[in-house]
Amino acid sequence: MRSAAPLLAFAMLVAGAAFAQDSSGANTEAVEDDGVRWFNSDGVPTFKIEADGTVDWPTFSGYRRYHSECHVCHGPDGEGSTYAPALKASAMRLDYYEFIEVVASGRQVVNAADNQVMPAFGTNPNVMCYLDDIWTYLRARGVDAVPRGRPAKRADKSEAYAEAEKACMES
Amino acid sequence: MKRWSLSVAATLLVGVAAPALANDSVLTETGNAKQWAIQTGDYANTRYSELDQINKDNVGDLQVAWTFSTGVLRGHEGSPLVIGDMMYVHTPFPNTVYALDLAQDGRIVWKYHPQQDPNVIGVMCCDTVYRGLAYADGLLFLHQADTTLVALDAKTGEVKWSVVNGDPAKGETNTTTVLPVKDKVIVGISGGEFGVRGSVTAYNIADGSLAWRAYSTGPDEEMLVDPEKTTHLGKPIGKDSSLNSWEGDQWTIGGGTTWGWYSYDPDLDLIYYGTGNPSTWNPSQRPGDNRWSMTIMARDPDDGMAKWFYQMTPHDEWDFDGVNENVLFEAEIDGTERKLLFHPDRNGIAYTLDRETGELLVAEKYDPAVNWTTGVDMDPNSETFGRPQVVAQYSTEQNGEDVNTTGICPAALGTKDQQPSAYSPKTGLMYVPTNHVCMDYEPFRVSYTAGQPYVGATLSMFPAPNSHGGMGNFIAWDPVAGEIKWSLPEQFSVWSGALATAGDVVFYGTLEGYLKAVDAATGNELYKFKTPSGVIGNVFTYEREGKQYVGVLSGVGGWAGIGLAAGLTNATDGLGAVGGYAALADYTALGGQLTVFALPN
Repeated sequence: MRSAAPLLAFAMLVAGAAFAQDSSGANTEAVEDDGVRWFNSDGVPTFKIEADGTVDWPTFSGYRRYHSECHVCHGPDGEGSTYAPALKASAMRLDYYEFIEVVASGRQVVNAADNQVMPAFGTNPNVMCYLDDIWTYLRARGVDAVPRGRPAKRADKSEAYAEAEKACMES
Repeated sequence: MKRWSLSVAATLLVGVAAPALANDSVLTETGNAKQWAIQTGDYANTRYSELDQINKDNVGDLQVAWTFSTGVLRGHEGSPLVIGDMMYVHTPFPNTVYALDLAQDGRIVWKYHPQQDPNVIGVMCCDTVYRGLAYADGLLFLHQADTTLVALDAKTGEVKWSVVNGDPAKGETNTTTVLPVKDKVIVGISGGEFGVRGSVTAYNIADGSLAWRAYSTGPDEEMLVDPEKTTHLGKPIGKDSSLNSWEGDQWTIGGGTTWGWYSYDPDLDLIYYGTGNPSTWNPSQRPGDNRWSMTIMARDPDDGMAKWFYQMTPHDEWDFDGVNENVLFEAEIDGTERKLLFHPDRNGIAYTLDRETGELLVAEKYDPAVNWTTGVDMDPNSETFGRPQVVAQYSTEQNGEDVNTTGICPAALGTKDQQPSAYSPKTGLMYVPTNHVCMDYEPFRVSYTAGQPYVGATLSMFPAPNSHGGMGNFIAWDPVAGEIKWSLPEQFSVWSGALATAGDVVFYGTLEGYLKAVDAATGNELYKFKTPSGVIGNVFTYEREGKQYVGVLSGVGGWAGIGLAAGLTNATDGLGAVGGYAALADYTALGGQLTVFALPN
């Protein structure tokens, strides 16, 4: 994973100006679909919201998994809690690979003022198999492409997604 | 089993060496109304004080007498203890303990700062809360987040012994207080969201050696039950009562943790506590009644043997842990004076049972919004006697995996959570802090990894629809009639423990940070003061040099601080409602402070 990061940074430098970005400057536009999920021009997973508000399945799945695994500390809808940061903001500040690393390895801020400990989820299939889903959900929240609460309309789970999910959860 | 025989030997030795039993100490100290010697006010968990200098006529004049910063942010549950001249203040993780000398204006006589691996923070489900210290025979019992139980010399803060009760690497943590009974200290465990198999353990006060451990689930001998003598609703539970109620070995990761409040009846010589949710939150992954999760347990404190069980929510589908307080009181039922137990459950039903036999006497909703059940079957001849009648529309099991069941009341927070009630023998009423929140709940399949969250449901919460718009109520409840006497709407869940006094006043805190005093008879508000942070601590009282004091810890957090910080939304209301509900973050910020009140001189 880590070795890919410099390549990505390079690609962003080159491609940054050429591709459409949303108003926040984040590259969230879906340009490519591998059957499982959508990717942006950098090959990073992203969400795809149809004109009628239909949310792609992986992003909807990210909503579900977030509100199972993450919200017990980070609050509903990526909004943060009394002690854990709002992940809808973290997902805009961190790049995809940093995000993956924090979730897999954890993070600690323990000092006189803070006792913040994010556990390592690297061995947890309920998180790791859905991490791209959670990422696209939080990015969608971060640019307000998806409102608070449960997405009202969602695409169905594709066969390719179901296969990939099964392979990951049973591995 | 080896441990068992060792502990029996240890008990015998203690019996010879220390004839003064801890329950004498606890009964003596809690019998002095000038002190606050146990988290729950007394063994019966009444949270009632005989002090009456502050009364309903003068409570409006209350002023802040002194304050103390704990030096820790995050959720402050529980309360300090007051014993003699000393006040003992605890904090959330890192579980610092301060001994303050009230005779020297609160000077810090000693401070104990345990060294704990901060990794435990990451496996605590809902903030790093700790519901406080216990005291017996000159020892303070600190039960750390990492499940280390420490006996401290109350005079010096010196560690007398320490023992480790669980393994945070498996998600086993502690949030609750312990109960000293006779020559033992009774200890619970947290971690239902990590598939922890719940248990209660007794350690010998003399040296910290293990006396007995009773699991909530599993084989009879590990649950310390007698299949012929331990009863459920008046009948023997029978052989393999737990094993028969689970599919396969799901019970080994099936929850039933014991993180609530403990009470003790010295005459019947029984301890009472409740067990938590079965794991996972996806009911389809654990067919059966999942015994004995969601159960009130009555046990003999000497050997842990169970006398009776009552399972409130068989095969939970909503995360309605059964760990809430059991308040012991006496009242007349059908002309006969009975020894009773009151239990306001997460599931929205308030139960009154005979605490000697476990007979079910009253089971009524204590929030009219409760809709997942039509009520409890009270017909002893019925096959479903004692069971809640589940409404199919709100059954996450019947609707199935990957289906979003909407509009369930109450939410997983329950009609109440750990925030303990108070009981006034003068009014015969229970004063119950409650939540008024509903939810959508979608269960789905999850796999188990040791030490990782094992949840398996997505839920979103919102204030009870078609009501006052707030997320809480503070109610007075008649535990014999099973009726609400009065109900005060609150903007947020009331996550603070109540205090009732002989001055006919009831106190409680709010998430915005108010300490409130109300008339015990009518609920009329008599006083309020906004403390520096939201209150999830429990109100307590004590007397010094002829003056009564009332205190409470501020420090917003806990589950309430997670769910309500950013405000709640109802997805089914659509876009228009977003931001329409109050966000706790607009009212208060993190803190960690004790505020003590008194009447002016």
